[in-house]
Amino acid sequence: MEVRVVNVRKEFERFPALHDVSLDIRSGELIALLGPSGSGKTTLLRLIAGLERPTKGAIFFGDEDASQKSIQERNVGFVFQHYALFRHMTVADNIGFGLKVRHGAARPSGQEIRRRALELLDLVQLSGLEKRYPAQLSGGQRQRVALARAMAIEPKVLLLDEPFGALDAQVRRELRRWLREIHDRTGHTTVFVTHDQEEALELADRVVVMSQGRIEQVGTADDIYDTPNSPFVYSFIGESSSLPVKVENGEVWIADRPIGLSAPHAPSGEAILHFRPHDVDLVDGCSGCIAGTVAASRRVAGTRRVELEIGGERQRVEIELPVDHPAAQKSRVAFRPRRWKLFPAS
Amino acid sequence: MTTAPVKAGWRFKQPSVIPGFGLTLGFSLAYLTLIILIPLSGLVWRSAALGWADFWAIAVDRRTLNALKISFGTALLAAVVNVVFGTIVAWVLVRYRFPGRRIADAMVDLPFALPTAVAGIALTTLYAPNGWIGQLLMPLGLKVAYTPIGIVVALVFIGLPFVVRTVQPIMEEIDKEVEEAAATLGASRFQIITRVLFPGLAPAIITGFSLAFARGVGEYGSVIFIAGNLPFKSEIAPLLIVIRLEEYNYEAATAIAAIMLALSFVMLLVVNLVQTWSRKRYG
Repeated sequence: MEVRVVNVRKEFERFPALHDVSLDIRSGELIALLGPSGSGKTTLLRLIAGLERPTKGAIFFGDEDASQKSIQERNVGFVFQHYALFRHMTVADNIGFGLKVRHGAARPSGQEIRRRALELLDLVQLSGLEKRYPAQLSGGQRQRVALARAMAIEPKVLLLDEPFGALDAQVRRELRRWLREIHDRTGHTTVFVTHDQEEALELADRVVVMSQGRIEQVGTADDIYDTPNSPFVYSFIGESSSLPVKVENGEVWIADRPIGLSAPHAPSGEAILHFRPHDVDLVDGCSGCIAGTVAASRRVAGTRRVELEIGGERQRVEIELPVDHPAAQKSRVAFRPRRWKLFPAS
Repeated sequence: MTTAPVKAGWRFKQPSVIPGFGLTLGFSLAYLTLIILIPLSGLVWRSAALGWADFWAIAVDRRTLNALKISFGTALLAAVVNVVFGTIVAWVLVRYRFPGRRIADAMVDLPFALPTAVAGIALTTLYAPNGWIGQLLMPLGLKVAYTPIGIVVALVFIGLPFVVRTVQPIMEEIDKEVEEAAATLGASRFQIITRVLFPGLAPAIITGFSLAFARGVGEYGSVIFIAGNLPFKSEIAPLLIVIRLEEYNYEAATAIAAIMLALSFVMLLVVNLVQTWSRKRYG
């Protein structure tokens, strides 16, 4: 089922949580809403679910206007960060709940409900645990039960609110791969919220980066990482360094020296240069480069991260060097970013 | 969070960071003996002096039976009423924010603090045939004061805080997300209440019920003012005990008390068993 969010605005007691957000989610897509806390990602998810009502705008499931429907009628599967399992019910009863509360002909027989529950339990790889209570399961197992419960009603969309947020790193990675597999097998249109960029980039077909109630960028992991369209996305996704620069006649300058980057289309004036710390070339003699004094050098896993002080203003930037690179021992290092982007100074 | 396998049998002493098992258990036993066990066994011993035949005669005396019936019946009814309305009051206090909520919350405790005689007199004044509420009910043919209905009214008043205060903290722990989860799964509001919320609250509600009931059985001060105290009609067992005491008939008084004790103990035990069962089920 494709989902369209059209010009949605949401205010909580006059405080805007979402400003005029529009988003098209394709059928069968696995999409991530990524952003820092307070960016409105959970609000957007809850609006799609019907747990909140938009102040303005509409949400369509296919051609139907879902914003006029109640939560119960929307038929969405929602998975909460803290599982929200019914603790007085067994695992099987939890999964079957959505079918059991149906009325009349829509309600399958008790036997059928049980069969479905066991089938789903098998899908989430928890066979044999149907008689347990949620309190007897680990966090990862509980979240799998929550997902099975959400899928039992054959939802039009599957919505997951920081589904792995409460789990430890290892279980998280495991469940991430597992969720991808489940998605590929069942093909539900799935939207999940996360503040973990690694999770979003690894798992999702497309990533929606949000900040302060607005969508900053929508794209594949490659789009988002390689061509960020705003300083926010540049600094939020992956590592980034930035330097205040000046553009004159299509050349980028720091203080009174050109740094060997040409930007023929950039308007002249103040700007901010963004680049990835690992995406730099070290140069020897400095005619057209960024040169700085080494202020600190730290070993980070497979690389060495060097902090440089640039120019008279002592602007600090970070670059990454191979561990055994001789430059790390020197007191002055010159480099030129391989890939970079200019944004107007704010 | 898997449960560790429990070894057969139970260990007498649990290891803990705070020592003092021996000391606290010893204190508890000594304290319970002094405060509860000695007076109660004195009661049983005293009534045993009566001899089985005399004891039985008092036990099956019509006046005694009626008094017991009224005491336990009204306490049961009042506890049921309190469970229903106390749960609603707790719900309102927990779930909604409205002006005066804290005052309403504090008001719930008043029956705890008020001398029961004051409560009894106040209720009698209100519900007497010429009282504020009584005169409204009179044309409907409903006589509250000086009837068993009056006793129920007094016991409802006395027992309310027990239900509210036991249910409230459990209600506060209910995660709103659980209700939202049920709603997204298609459960109607009614189904969310009956299938999701209520089972979680059941143990607390049962506790509140048993507390309110136990309090109602033993209540004396407020009831004697509103009951009218007509033998066979609105005379409660505690009052009958006092009457016997005033007649210096200590044996009869202790016999009735011992019967009340046994009945209360059995009923509370049953409630406790129900509760253990429901806790196991709804954990």
